[in-house]
Amino acid sequence: MNVLTFLIPIAIFLGALGLVAFLWSLKSGQYDDLEGAAARILLDDDEDDAKRS
Amino acid sequence: MVTLDAASGLSAPFIDPLPFVRRKGDERHLELLVRGMHCAACISRIERAMHALPGVLSARVNLSTGKLALTWKGDALEPRRIVSAIEALGFDASPFDPETMERDKGAETNFLLRCLGVTAFASMNVMLLSVSVWADMAGEMGEGTRLILLWISALIAIPATLYGGLPFYRSALGALRVGRANMDVPISIAVLGALLISVVETALGGEHAYFEAPVMLLFLLLVGRVLDHRLREQARAAAKDLLAMQSGTALRLAGDGSAAPVQVTAIAPGDELLILPGDRIPVNAVLIEGESSLDRSLVTGESMPIEAKAGELLYAGVRNLTGRLRVRAIAAVGDSLVAELTRLIEAGEQRRSAYIRWADRAAEIYVPVVHTIAALTLIGWLTFGDATLRESVMAAIAVLIITYPCALGLAVPAVQVVATGRLFQAGILVKSGDALERIATCDTIVFDKTGTLTYGRPRLTDEKSLPPGTLEDAALLARTSRHPLSRAIAEAAGPGAIASESSEIAGKGVEARVNGEIWRLGSALFTGAQDAEDDEALSLWFRKGERAPVRLTLHDALRTDAAQTVEALTKMGFTCVMLSGDREAPARRIAEALGFKEWESGITPEGKTEKLKALRSEGRRAVMVGDGMNDAPALAEAEAGISFGNAAGISQSAADLIIEGERLLPIVEAINVSRASRTHAFENFAFSALYNALAIPLAVAGLVTPLIAAIAMSSSSLVVTLNALRLAKGRATT
Repeated sequence: MNVLTFLIPIAIFLGALGLVAFLWSLKSGQYDDLEGAAARILLDDDEDDAKRS
Repeated sequence: MVTLDAASGLSAPFIDPLPFVRRKGDERHLELLVRGMHCAACISRIERAMHALPGVLSARVNLSTGKLALTWKGDALEPRRIVSAIEALGFDASPFDPETMERDKGAETNFLLRCLGVTAFASMNVMLLSVSVWADMAGEMGEGTRLILLWISALIAIPATLYGGLPFYRSALGALRVGRANMDVPISIAVLGALLISVVETALGGEHAYFEAPVMLLFLLLVGRVLDHRLREQARAAAKDLLAMQSGTALRLAGDGSAAPVQVTAIAPGDELLILPGDRIPVNAVLIEGESSLDRSLVTGESMPIEAKAGELLYAGVRNLTGRLRVRAIAAVGDSLVAELTRLIEAGEQRRSAYIRWADRAAEIYVPVVHTIAALTLIGWLTFGDATLRESVMAAIAVLIITYPCALGLAVPAVQVVATGRLFQAGILVKSGDALERIATCDTIVFDKTGTLTYGRPRLTDEKSLPPGTLEDAALLARTSRHPLSRAIAEAAGPGAIASESSEIAGKGVEARVNGEIWRLGSALFTGAQDAEDDEALSLWFRKGERAPVRLTLHDALRTDAAQTVEALTKMGFTCVMLSGDREAPARRIAEALGFKEWESGITPEGKTEKLKALRSEGRRAVMVGDGMNDAPALAEAEAGISFGNAAGISQSAADLIIEGERLLPIVEAINVSRASRTHAFENFAFSALYNALAIPLAVAGLVTPLIAAIAMSSSSLVVTLNALRLAKGRATT
C-alpha cells in the first residue's frame, strides 16, 4: 500500500493542475468568443500579417 | 428646400461615436456594435479595414457578441471615419457604452463556470478514492488505509461543496428570507446534509461516508445551470444590443451654430438640436425651423407620414424623413414619452414578476412534506425503532437523498433549456424561462396592426399594371429619398442607379433633371395630376417632362403569413383580438381581411393597457403581439409579450419573446413549444411523484442505505432529463 503515498498526491496534483488551467483559461477570456475562434482558424495569418506590417 | 446630393444624402444617418470614446493617456478606446457579421471573411474584412486606418493599434472582432473593440493612438483618426469605414464594407455600426452594457454580463456566467470547474475536479478525484473504498468488499484494505482515503476525500469535498454550492445556497437563503421555499432549498439541505453526515461518519470511523454524493450532485446541477444561463444571456444580450442602438448620439448646436455630437443622456431641456434626415428625435422637443415629413409609426402606430410644422411638439422616437430640422429639447431623456411608457412597462412587469414558476410552486408543497417525513423518520426510529442515534440519522438522510428533488432541480430547467434552444433555432429569442410557462396558459392573443399584422411600411401593389420602364425610371428618383413611399418604390425596383441632379422638397416630392428633362415623383399637386381620392391606398405620381403623370399605388400590405397565422391560432382555441392606433377605415380593412371578430381602432397606448386589464378581469389570459413604442406598456401588461427583431427597442425590452425575420408563423411555433414543454414538465413531475411514492416507504423503513439512495436518485434524474430531451425532436410547425 506504500505506493499510495506517491500515487494519490500525484493524482490530486494532476487534477489540481487541470483545475488551475481551466480557471486560468476562464480568466483570460478564452470562452468569450467561441464562434469567433471557430471562424478565425480559416483566416490566413501570413497574408494578414503581410498587409498589416 | 433641402438638397440631397448623392454623396451625403444616401449614406446611412451618421451616428458620431465621439462621445463614446474613452481616453487613456495617448490611447483612445472605442467599442462598436457591428451588425451583419457571420463568418471568417467578415472578421478579416473588418479587422483589415480597421488596421488600414491611421494610428490603429488593435482591432478585435468578437463574433459571438457582434462587437468590435478598437484601440488607436492620437487624434489623427476621427471616430466618424471608423463608422464610415465599417459602413463602406456593408455593415451597420453603432457605438455603445461598455460601462452600462456589461455591468452584470459575464460576471455571473464566469462564476457559474468557476463553480463547475471546481466541482468537476472534486468529483473526479473523490470518485477515484471512493471507488477504491467501495471495491474493498473482502475487507483486504486495512482500516487505516480506508480512513486515510476518506479523509483525503473530505479534504477535497468540503471546500468544493461549500464553494461549488454557493449559487444554490444564495438562492435558497434569498427565498427563505422572504418566507418562501424554492427548489434550491431542498438541494442545499440535501447537499450540506450529505456532506455533514459523511464527515461525522468518517470521524467516528463508520461505514456511511459518501463524499462523492454532494460533489457529483452539484456538478450535474451546475451543468444544467450553466446551459440555462447561457441561453438566457444570449437572448438578453440580443435585446440589450438593440436598446443600445436606440440610444446613440444626437447633434447639439452650440451658440455659434456649430453642431457637436453628444450622448443622448447628456441632452438637457433648452438645448438646440440638429436632426438630420433618417434620425430619430431623441427627446421630446419643439420644432424651431425646418421642413420635413415625420414618421410617427413607432409612437402612434399610424402608418402615414405627416408634415412637420414650426412650433409643433415632437415626441421622442419620431423619425425625421426628408429634411433637416432644428429643434429645442423640452425634456431630458428621463422625462420623455419614452420614460412615461417605461413607467407603464415597469408597472406591468412588477405584476408579472409575482408569477411563481412551476418548479417553485411544486417545491412549496414538496419541501415541507419531504422534510417532515425525514424528521418523523428520525424521531420514529429513535423512539420506537430501538435504533442508535447514528442509524436513525442515516435513515433520515436516506429519505432526504432518495427524495432529492431531481424533477424540480433538473427536469424543469432541462425542459426549458431544450425548448429555448429549439425556439432559438427557429429564430425566436426567449428572454426568460417562465415566459414559456406563462404562454402555455393563455387563451387569447392580442395583435397590434401596423408593423405586426402588416409590414409597417407601404409596398407597391400595382407593379404589373404600370407601363414598362416606369418603375425603373421612378426608382432613379426614389432612391435619393428617405420618405417611406420612395423607399417602397426603390425596394420594388431593386438596387440600381440614382438620379444625380435631384432635390427633395419636403411634403411634395423629389425632382430631378434626367436627359435634359425635369422628372418629378411626388404628390398629385406636385406633378400636376388629378388625385383620385382613395381612403385606403396611398398614391404617388410620377411625371417625366411634359408627359402625362403615372399613378403608383401603395398599400401597407399584410404580412404574407398573417391570415395563415390567425387561422392556425383560432384552430388552436385562441380568441384573436386586434387593437390598432390607426384610423378606423384601414383598421377595418385589415380586421375584415383576417376575420377578426374583436377589434378596435384609434386606441392610445394607455387604451391598450386598459383593454388588457379588462380582458384579465374577464378571466381571459392574453398574449400581446406588437412592435411599436405604443405597444410596449401593453406588452408588459399582458401575461406574455411577443415583439419583433426590427421593432422599437423599448417594446423589445418589454416583451418576453422576440421573433427575428418577417414572418408571423413563429408565434404558432412558440405556442406549440410552450404547450409541449408544459406537458413534458408535468410528465416529469408525475414520474418523480410515482418514484417518491415507491422509494420513500423503503427509505423510512431503513431498508435503503444512502449509497443505494444515491444510485436510485441518479437514475431517476437520468429518466427525467431524457424525457426533456424528447422535446428537441418535435417537428417544427413552421
